Amino acid sequence: MTTLSDPPKEGFQLSQLIYDTRYRSMTIQIVALIGFLVLIGWLISNTAQNLADLGKEPSFRFLSEPAGYDINQRLLEYDSQDTHLRAALIGLLNTLLVAVMGCITATIIGVTVGVMRLSNNWLVSRLTAVYVEMFRNVPVLLWIVFIMAVLIETLPAPRDFRGETPTASMSLNETVAITNRGVYVPEPLFSRSLGDVHLFGNSGLRFDVSLDLIAILLVLGLGLFASNRIKKRADSIQESTGDRPTTWYLRLGVVVLPLVALLFALGFYLGYPELKGFNFRGGTHLRNSLIALWLALSLYTAAFIAEIVRAGIMAINKGQTEAAAALGLRSNRIMNLVILPQALRVIIPPLISNYLNLTKNSSLAIAVGYMDITGTLGGITLNQTGRELETLLLLMLCYLIISLSISAVMNWYNESVKLRER
Amino acid sequence: MKKTVFLGALTVAGLAAGAAAAGTLDDVKARGKLNCGVTTGLVGFAAPDANGEWSGFDVAVCRAVAAAVLGDSKAVEFVPTTGKTRFTALASGEIDMLARNTTWTFSRDVDLKFTFVGVNYYDGQGFMVPKSLGVSSAKELDGSTVCIQTGTTTELNLADFFRANNISYEPVPIETNAEGQQQYLAGACDTYTTDASGLASTRATFENPGDHVLLPEIISKEPLGPLVRHGDDEWGDVVRWSLNALITAEELGVTSANIGEMSAAAGDNPEINRLLGTEGNLGEMLGLSADWAKNAISADGNFGEIFEKHLGESTPIGLARGLNAQWTEGGLIYSPPFR
Ligand SMILES: N[C@@H](CCC(=O)N[C@@H](CS)C(=O)NCC(=O)O)C(=O)O
Repeated sequence: MTTLSDPPKEGFQLSQLIYDTRYRSMTIQIVALIGFLVLIGWLISNTAQNLADLGKEPSFRFLSEPAGYDINQRLLEYDSQDTHLRAALIGLLNTLLVAVMGCITATIIGVTVGVMRLSNNWLVSRLTAVYVEMFRNVPVLLWIVFIMAVLIETLPAPRDFRGETPTASMSLNETVAITNRGVYVPEPLFSRSLGDVHLFGNSGLRFDVSLDLIAILLVLGLGLFASNRIKKRADSIQESTGDRPTTWYLRLGVVVLPLVALLFALGFYLGYPELKGFNFRGGTHLRNSLIALWLALSLYTAAFIAEIVRAGIMAINKGQTEAAAALGLRSNRIMNLVILPQALRVIIPPLISNYLNLTKNSSLAIAVGYMDITGTLGGITLNQTGRELETLLLLMLCYLIISLSISAVMNWYNESVKLRER
Repeated sequence: MKKTVFLGALTVAGLAAGAAAAGTLDDVKARGKLNCGVTTGLVGFAAPDANGEWSGFDVAVCRAVAAAVLGDSKAVEFVPTTGKTRFTALASGEIDMLARNTTWTFSRDVDLKFTFVGVNYYDGQGFMVPKSLGVSSAKELDGSTVCIQTGTTTELNLADFFRANNISYEPVPIETNAEGQQQYLAGACDTYTTDASGLASTRATFENPGDHVLLPEIISKEPLGPLVRHGDDEWGDVVRWSLNALITAEELGVTSANIGEMSAAAGDNPEINRLLGTEGNLGEMLGLSADWAKNAISADGNFGEIFEKHLGESTPIGLARGLNAQWTEGGLIYSPPFR
């Protein structure tokens, strides 16, 4: 092997693996990797062995068996004869619902509070500081349980709305019922509805899509598109002539008028909640488990987002504010046009982790009986079928996919914000 | 070569894991303590008293087993479990036995791989409503909101009952009895449903128990009993016969008052002698001392005494023996013979 032109080479000795700096780091890494693989292998084989001893071979067949239990909040149709898979799907949608609602509210509250905390007004900045410290320093589980307890204990029960002299009455002109079982709000209904399309036949994944909703979204989309075109045109006129034509009524018109016409054609009306029997019927029922979880998650996460926003704004050089002020911009325009666009670059990466946290924290739902995926698949299904390993693996997979999707979307948004960098 | 090391490690790990299973009786003896899963708090069945000592009808079973195995009814570590966590706790070995109002069902026995050693309370699922609601039958509950503990048989029965009667309801899932009580009392649900005994015991803790009624329908069979993991029959036998010892003691008139005297020397009833270890070697067969049953019975009394003390008519819960009377009194409580 050795050639004469090479520098003299001693035979390779095993001790070189440790003493020779060329090989040492490689050796350590390989040993660590083997150790790691053995550990994983041991965990897997140990689990498999123990399950075999218990006579429980891993199997996912339980997913196609009837679940047997009911779920109160279901975005798709479901009854106790449906499969465990379907129950998991219902739970997954509930998780997504509260996560999306939570992220939106948390962002709105967080940005507002973060900006207000920097206010020169002593009271405003103090009050927001108190809010941030209160929510940041108490575990979110306590907030969830606390808000739930307040909702249950302080609001009137449906029975208080009944009788000769009811002690409670509906709010907002008899349209909204606020009870300790949740809030009932009017629901949109169509007397000349286009109906639904049924997808996926009779399988566990079947769902209905409302054609009314599709029509509305379509018209809305077209309206927004037209409005955007009008704006573009106004922009180009302004570029060439220096005069900006007044277009706001046009832009509003192309969005609103077709929508109103469509709603009219569909026979749009509101269904109001009504006390019938034990409960209110009609309207949309926002259960207090959803409200408690949503509020607690939003307020808690908003406290963190507020700090991130504050940090982001403070990271922008003060000279920017002063320069903008020197140009004669008013302070809210300085914030919107100069500071926030730059601050966003600092804000978005930590914002992503807060969205992820919020989504994962939503698994505390069971504390208030909200039937998210941890409550259905990882709760009742796990318990009734005894399939701990399988359900937990599926559950982890679900959260992993949700989290990775959020990251992907937010990273994409982050890129688009970054592009404007010069 | 890397692969061989890896596979070798796997085999070793597998063997070690295999050797660790089974032998609960020896584990308990070595530990000197019995880990017993109970409820998170259901007065009469299992709840800490004013001194922080657990007591109740299910707790008494744990104490009897601890006394039989270790000779000390206090050598128990009580592990509070919810309807949801109880089976994982038992399957994983965190607890040695579970005595938590748990219904013996086919799937728990066959599919979840547990061994029910007997029944200590024959129960059925009922509904509790406030009197002011003016409901007199569960069939009038159409459209009502129902509080229900998750991970229980009662949750499944509830779905079946409403479906069979073609009426609708809104379930409010709750984790523990305490939560159910809070929601029910605040009127966040119209009715609370669970085992009738659990309802009676929950109602007894209310400020005004008289304002609430149990509806006449009993919608299911709920034979409640202690259980252990599948595959360790030796341990299953110990728990099974500790429970049977309590039942037989009542049948034969052995009470905590007379047990000292009766176990001092063999008397003229051979079954009592065998039970109390003054004759034969039943204890040895179980791998326990000769006075195992005497210790079990002395822990909290015989089956009847335990019932009267924790659930009976003299307690606020005030349950009648009913199905839970001895077979000789027209009930279903029946122990195989000690022979
Ligand atoms: N027997 C049923 C229900 C058992 C159950 O959860 N019972 C309730 C009320 S009777 C209980 O023990 N709750 C005590 C707790 O919340 O820890 C089952 O085994 O699934």
